[in-house]
Amino acid sequence: MTRSRAALIGVASLKPVRQTEGETTLGMLARVSARALADARIEKDAIDGLLVGPQVGETPQHVPATVAEYLGLQPVMANVVDLGGASGPGMIWRAAAAISAGMCETVLCVLGNHRNPEAPRSANRNPIREFDVPFGASGANISYALLMQAHMAKYGTSAEDFALIAHWARANAQRNPNAIFYGKPASVEDVLNSPLIASPLHLYEIVMPVAGAEAVIVTSARRAKELGSRAVHLLGAGEKVTHRAVSQAPNLTSGPLKPSMERAFAQAGVTADQMSLLSLYDCYTIMVAATLEDSGLCEPGGFGRFMREHDFGPDGDKPMNTHGGQIGYGQPDLAGGMTHVVEAVHQLRGTAAGRQINNPRFALATGNGATMSEAVALVLGADE
Amino acid sequence: MSDLSELKVPGPTEIELTKPFWKAAAEGRLLIQRCEDCSKAVFYPREICPHCWSDKLHFEEASGRGRLKSFSVVHKPGHPGWAPVAPYVVGLVELDEGPTMLSHILTGAGEPAVGDRLNMKPTNIGGRVLPAFETADEGAYNG
Ligand SMILES: [Zn+2]
Repeated sequence: MTRSRAALIGVASLKPVRQTEGETTLGMLARVSARALADARIEKDAIDGLLVGPQVGETPQHVPATVAEYLGLQPVMANVVDLGGASGPGMIWRAAAAISAGMCETVLCVLGNHRNPEAPRSANRNPIREFDVPFGASGANISYALLMQAHMAKYGTSAEDFALIAHWARANAQRNPNAIFYGKPASVEDVLNSPLIASPLHLYEIVMPVAGAEAVIVTSARRAKELGSRAVHLLGAGEKVTHRAVSQAPNLTSGPLKPSMERAFAQAGVTADQMSLLSLYDCYTIMVAATLEDSGLCEPGGFGRFMREHDFGPDGDKPMNTHGGQIGYGQPDLAGGMTHVVEAVHQLRGTAAGRQINNPRFALATGNGATMSEAVALVLGADE
Repeated sequence: MSDLSELKVPGPTEIELTKPFWKAAAEGRLLIQRCEDCSKAVFYPREICPHCWSDKLHFEEASGRGRLKSFSVVHKPGHPGWAPVAPYVVGLVELDEGPTMLSHILTGAGEPAVGDRLNMKPTNIGGRVLPAFETADEGAYNG
């Protein structure tokens, strides 16, 4: 029924940490890439494609060449993917497309960031800086608070509905020793008692920024078979970009993940109900709420009831963000979106130690960037 | 609560195209662009119309009336310069002409509500007069 568009044969993560000292982004990318290579059980020279994020360290341009040189690679396909939190998932289908276009065979997709003191911030001079910041709206917290408030006004959503999402993320993080909130569960009351940052958004509904890195190696299904790899297959993908600033969003309660997921499911020939794992991008609780509704798993405005009716743990009826999501795991900047892919690979090939879902077949992994602006959805399948 | 005019906060990063907008704002007027080809209103100012890609855009004065699409009471500002007036309110204002802009919402008593009618209110923020909004008087508009 479904066709493999590419195989994900190696994954790796660096354990998230709050602060780093004297790290370089290039060094972290190198470490996580080496681990992904070992996980894939291939030789370095098998890698002939490279996808990286934008602005690695102090390198605003020539990023693929800088990373390739550092890693001693001479890729025949090299590019930057600049889709915010959707960059990681966006790399996976681009790798598959480059492979099927005959441009390369095996692609390293890698993202990471350090958190040394005195991290410099780039000087933005764009419409958000000119037309939003002067009114008191700096940063993503306020943008997502505006999305939350719109959802509450439209559907009568309660603060508890949103808090349930953060509670489940923290609950699942208790089964992932690498998660930044491992050992720190949070009840719905804890979430609601955490400080209001920008109403209606509470502190525990927001990801914790961490240093970290994530890498995935993608190759053709044919090559994966030849290598005898532990493969997970890309079955479908969808992408859409609709705006940048929240004021320009065409819709405040439904986003570009809706058509992205529809396309990914259609390509894969499966439905949302068939997913063994929902690996949903969760920079804020509202993002999971909107994604659940946009996926069709519940009706618009119905996520709160959905959260009450299901068990989202690895042993539950609807496993979701079993690594803790980024709300429980921490957000290693742009690599945060790739954590959802890495977790899906671990679950589908049976290497999610301590939190393994029983016999999973399909996973939905999503990425989201800016203010519900940049979306990528992937449907991944176990080797069968 | 301290005075908005005394804040040390980032102002607009004006460019050649947007100079008329900020000059009018300083004079207490709100400008939007109108497309001569598709007649749609455009905000923020652009070189071409995002609806039809015509370059025949001209500035016109907006009514200054709108509706609150969403809002947030900001307790922990993204920029530290805003801390003296926190908590304060920002909101998405759907202008009667069509486009939406983000702005500072002046609240008299209590929180605003999504759907509230708003009027533009020129307000000195950090030493510059900007187009903020305030809730329209009860009964002044019928929605
Ligand atoms: Zn036009």
